[in-house]
Amino acid sequence: MTATPAPLRLALLAGGGLAAALVIGLMVGPASLGPGEVLAEVADRMPFVSLDSGLSEREASILWDIRAPRVVLGMLVGAALAGSGAAYQGVFRNPLADPYLLGVAAGAGLGATIVIVFAGPGSVLVPLAAFVGAIAAVVATYGLGAAAGGRRTGLTLILAGVAMASFLTALQTFVQQQNTDVIREVYSWILGRLGTAGWGEVRLMLPYAAVSFVALVLHRRLLDVLAVGEEEAGTLGVRPALVRGVVVVAASLAAAAAVAVAGLIGFVGIIVPHTVRLLAGPSYRRIVPLSLVAGAAFLVLADVAARSVLSPAEIPIGVVTAFVGGPFFLLVLRTARKGLA
Amino acid sequence: MRRFASLVLVVALVAVACGDDDTAVTTVPATTDTTTASSAFPVTVNGVTIPERPERIVSASGAHTEILFAIGAGDQVVATDTFSDFPAEALETGKFDGFNISVEAVASLDPDLVILFFDPGDVVAGLDELGIPTLLFGPPTTLENAFDQWLALGAATGNVAGAEQSVRAADEEIAEITAGLPIPSSPLTYYYELDPSGFSVTSDSFVGSLLGMLGLESIADSTDTAFPQLSTEFIVESDPDWIVLADTVCCDANAATLAERPGWDQMSAVAEGRVVELDDSVASRWGPRIVDLVGDVAETVYGPNG
Repeated sequence: MTATPAPLRLALLAGGGLAAALVIGLMVGPASLGPGEVLAEVADRMPFVSLDSGLSEREASILWDIRAPRVVLGMLVGAALAGSGAAYQGVFRNPLADPYLLGVAAGAGLGATIVIVFAGPGSVLVPLAAFVGAIAAVVATYGLGAAAGGRRTGLTLILAGVAMASFLTALQTFVQQQNTDVIREVYSWILGRLGTAGWGEVRLMLPYAAVSFVALVLHRRLLDVLAVGEEEAGTLGVRPALVRGVVVVAASLAAAAAVAVAGLIGFVGIIVPHTVRLLAGPSYRRIVPLSLVAGAAFLVLADVAARSVLSPAEIPIGVVTAFVGGPFFLLVLRTARKGLA
Repeated sequence: MRRFASLVLVVALVAVACGDDDTAVTTVPATTDTTTASSAFPVTVNGVTIPERPERIVSASGAHTEILFAIGAGDQVVATDTFSDFPAEALETGKFDGFNISVEAVASLDPDLVILFFDPGDVVAGLDELGIPTLLFGPPTTLENAFDQWLALGAATGNVAGAEQSVRAADEEIAEITAGLPIPSSPLTYYYELDPSGFSVTSDSFVGSLLGMLGLESIADSTDTAFPQLSTEFIVESDPDWIVLADTVCCDANAATLAERPGWDQMSAVAEGRVVELDDSVASRWGPRIVDLVGDVAETVYGPNG
């Protein structure tokens, strides 16, 4: 294997990986649906195909109303986290940048907590409030960065994000402590709800994911230009502040939508882009689209593990992403180093 | 200091565990390992010596607040945590943050006995250093285990007779409810919901043991933990005979909202309304209201004359 494989091969590999992950995602789970029956049931839904899968009405409902939306949402959330992680790392030229860097998680947490406290339990407004809170946090971070430094360089934005996240987390903790009766629902929200998601969550997330993914892919070349440095980028006719603004908005939109429907899932936004970088080289022209696809496949598979390893009990998805992702990343790091040597 | 704290904890846990093993319900009132039958002080309960009858009790546990008021120690309680909302008298005591229990806040109430159900970190050790007797009673796993805690509280507060009477009454009422129930030969299965993300209980948990007395068996029993988070598709596929909700207050779970969850309408318990809606706090405590819990479930499952 060469150090930087041909783009076509990489694209095929990533696409094939995602397709395989989706099939595995549909076939594997605690409910004992036969793999053959699942395939027949899926084929039956294809145009011009009519098959009797042999699944009962309840089994078909488990497949289409419970398992399938979970797989699709895992795909969208994984792509959003990995894609926005890659974008943040490029735009801030900081390898530790992750989707929660500018306060998205803390803002979403505060928004969700406030709605749970004031609108009562089980409110349908919770994902919306989380989304609004996440976007508001990024806007505030941007404003704070401007107030602090005049020019919004990457570094002032990162520092503003850290300050904003601490401040919002403090507010969220305070509101929650004043209303201890809602702690259970707040925590169950923060820990993530991929496992109880339905098509409703998919519909909530899809428009934001689509807009943001397109924007990120269209700007991937400009991230390469930014990588040479802000002043150099300026001499090449690129306006660094504008590019950064567009990319940060797109990435934050994706991260906010992901947090709003699935809670906090760590590690994906760091591990996937870096793994892609090690395999495909340093150009964001490849890193951004491949991170979107690889992130989708990774989270779908991580979620298969989350619901299967201790079946019928669940493992929190964040535990799986860290437990599997960490060692896997080290392995890739090791292999890539050897390949380059 | 830390080591001493762990030692106290271990002693307390061992004491609770032993009480569970060697005391049957019916013999408990006569002898307990915690005290003599009289309310003579000083008394040693679970390794903690209480020099005289406490008059300034602080309870940081909703379950134990209910027990204290039931056994006649209510007048001795000066403060309870924010989670202690029953009986109504508990709301009139002093209040402190039950989520972040601070040694300083508790000590400033000048207590002569503190009751905890978990130690968020060195609270027992801190109170011990200040010479304040502190009893830590973890969640029980069986009815006998719970009754032991009632009796231990009776001994510790000088209400031995009250505690014995509460235990006897609860024991008799539960026996009355369970006697003559038309329990089927193969157990009815249930899904017990602690929160909407699927956290449940096995038959080995405390509430599971109560439901077991009613001939009910949890669908979560194949898992290794007492409080597993079950996959939604497993819950739906299991199609339990009954669904028991312990998240009606916190999370607005009820028969109607269950039917709206994706795929849940395929469960016969949802379609046919075999849903028991419990009050969250009644379901999570092991005070005198366990009688109501057992009674409510029995009546819903087997009918009022069951």
